[in-house]
Amino acid sequence: MAVCVAVIAKENYPLYIRSAPTENELKFHYMVHTSLDVVDEKISAMGKALVDQRELYLGLLYPTEDYKVYGYVTNSKVKFVMVVDSSNTALRDNEIRSMFRKLHNSYTDVMCNPFYNPGDRIQSRAFDSMVTSMMIQVC
Amino acid sequence: MEAAAGGGCGSGPPLLLSEGEQQCYSELFASCAAAGAAVGGPGSGPPEAARAVPSAATAAAGPVADLFRASQLPAETLHQITELCGAKRVGYFGPTQFYIALKLIAAAQSGLPVRIESIKCEVPLPRFLMSKTDAEIRFGNPTELHGTKVQIPYLITEKNTFKRMDDEDKQQETQSPTMSPLASPPSSPPHYQRVPLSHAYGKLRSNTEQMHPAPYEARQPLVQPEGPSSGAPGTKPPRHQASLIRSFSVEREPQDNNSNYPDEPWRITEEQREYYVNQFRSLQPDPSSFISGSVAKNFFTKSKLSIPELSYIWELSDADCDGALTLPEFCAAFHLIVARKNGYPLPEGLPPTLQTEYLQAAFPKPKRECALFDSYSESMPANQQPRDLNRMEKLSVKDMADFPVPTQDVTSDDKQGLKSTADEALPRDVSEDPATSKDSNSLKARPRSRSYSSTSIEEAMKRGEDPPTPPPRPQKTHSRASSLDLNKVFQPSVPATKSGLLPPPPALPPRPCPSQSEQAPEAEIHPQLNRAPSQAAESSPAKKDIPYSQPPSKPIRRKFRPENPATENQDTSTAVGGPASAATVKPHAAVQKQSSKQKKAIQTAIRKNKEANAVLARLNSELQQQLKEVHQERIALENQLEQLRPVTVL
Repeated sequence: MAVCVAVIAKENYPLYIRSAPTENELKFHYMVHTSLDVVDEKISAMGKALVDQRELYLGLLYPTEDYKVYGYVTNSKVKFVMVVDSSNTALRDNEIRSMFRKLHNSYTDVMCNPFYNPGDRIQSRAFDSMVTSMMIQVC
Repeated sequence: MEAAAGGGCGSGPPLLLSEGEQQCYSELFASCAAAGAAVGGPGSGPPEAARAVPSAATAAAGPVADLFRASQLPAETLHQITELCGAKRVGYFGPTQFYIALKLIAAAQSGLPVRIESIKCEVPLPRFLMSKTDAEIRFGNPTELHGTKVQIPYLITEKNTFKRMDDEDKQQETQSPTMSPLASPPSSPPHYQRVPLSHAYGKLRSNTEQMHPAPYEARQPLVQPEGPSSGAPGTKPPRHQASLIRSFSVEREPQDNNSNYPDEPWRITEEQREYYVNQFRSLQPDPSSFISGSVAKNFFTKSKLSIPELSYIWELSDADCDGALTLPEFCAAFHLIVARKNGYPLPEGLPPTLQTEYLQAAFPKPKRECALFDSYSESMPANQQPRDLNRMEKLSVKDMADFPVPTQDVTSDDKQGLKSTADEALPRDVSEDPATSKDSNSLKARPRSRSYSSTSIEEAMKRGEDPPTPPPRPQKTHSRASSLDLNKVFQPSVPATKSGLLPPPPALPPRPCPSQSEQAPEAEIHPQLNRAPSQAAESSPAKKDIPYSQPPSKPIRRKFRPENPATENQDTSTAVGGPASAATVKPHAAVQKQSSKQKKAIQTAIRKNKEANAVLARLNSELQQQLKEVHQERIALENQLEQLRPVTVL
């Protein structure tokens, strides 16, 4: 259901970015990049409260005419950004949350691998397959 | 032969082979057939084994597939070749198919397109980069090593290329060629997985002990000199040339009898398993615990595989994704690394034979031993020598279990107090060993470990025994000697009467309360009756003097003659006075002898009665409380009734 999935590091560089339609990938990259501003804004708005009270799921960051962008931030300031098709009206908030949760779980599994250095690009096949499964449901 | 075979092929263009090619191909074919016969015989394997007809006319698909793989052609090419040569069609590698295939391989290696027409071309001999072990097994002809040197397929016609290959092979350790297995020919996958490297494997296994310090690098040089000694029917030049590290080659053939898994390279054999467990122990002494990620990372990095590959292997093997490896996970990871180093591509998912449950089920022994070991080591923290103490601990556990139930609670306390009693235990070892040891030799050998359990138990038992036998206490009043004596004479029921006569007796023996309550009224009656006549008689002072002696006798007599209270009292009292005094004199002498026994008896009786008192007092208080509660309930009910009454009363 996701059209594009991106994992952004704390320093705002991408650890993993993948789009379903192979054409116009650059457009998605730009979208993700611009969404980072919105993410930062949301974090700072909530940031006054303690970290524990902060919600991980940020919700809809901003909609465009074709797409909607959702955000999720982990406690270590790693951001997940997901772009979904606006025509996919059946998508509910719960589903987006569950997708983010799956992403988060896969991300933690990647981190558990001692051969993975935080800050490297994510090349885990398990992570890839999980993202693929999320994106395949588009059709 | 080749010409005939070529003519007999019929399906394709005639196969023209040069002299060198003929020789080479025939050698290859013969060896494949021989190996196939050897392979197809013992191994049950997948049904495709049927195709590996152990006849000289066909080459077994297993070794053939190995050979093809060793040609280092991409999978699709090999695919095509097998199709073209007709093996797929006929279902086996006959001589014609084999030769065609070889020719096509050669063509492909020269860069020619793989087509039937290629076999017409003049191409050099196909090149096969093979492991020494493959060579040994497959080409384990007892032919002279040097004689076959020229004809060995992985030799090329020119010497310089041969030398070049030598160098290449030696460098192959770092190359780790990625030979994708032939996926399409259904017979091939199981077969070429089923590399009968058991011989080489056995040889390599013997080297593992030496390989521990330098797990990866040192193996190859060690293996090479060790090769000839193993007696494997290998050829020396192949050993030198073959450079794939077969240090952990997977043994499949003999192990396949159990199940027909299609992923035999991923099956861990017993020896491999032992090796992995030893390596695990070297990293982490406790086999049931984890290896942390960093430790494992350092260890696996020594394998010189690339980081992404290691990362992928970790991903496959760490089933629970916790960043640490348990023993089965570690074995799986190690096995994958070994396989990867031997050129097998990493699987997409963890093969079933490498999964944690399978590994734990298939090889429970090491884990069980480890688990036992751990449990014992936990229970005996002070032990320093693991193996021997296992036996010790087993015995101690048995001993502890043998002791009767009452000491069970104490043993648990003992375990906690083990260390505290350690010092005490040691000097008592000798005294208690004969009592507790089942294996006296081991006890004497390891007094320390045994003592913890045995001596503490002994102490506990002693402690348990102590309370029942209170130490003798000094008699408070020796003047009661006579009374004690009479008490003993007149049995415990008698003292009950005495208490009634003399309420605050300093040395009155304890009496059971029920009997006391029963006999108290009787006793009171009798003494009163006694008093009456005694006062009447002037022997009263004498009687009072011997109150203790009198009452026991009198009440009994009263009991016996209840219908004659008055008159007989006088008579009996006087009569009793005599014998009583006489009785007191007589037992007086014997009292001292029996005083100690009586004291003990009295004290035990006292204690028992005190306990009974306590119990009854508790019971009393509980009943009182219940009574209060019932009272309250009653009051509440009455209130309710009163409230309801005006309603009912209309």
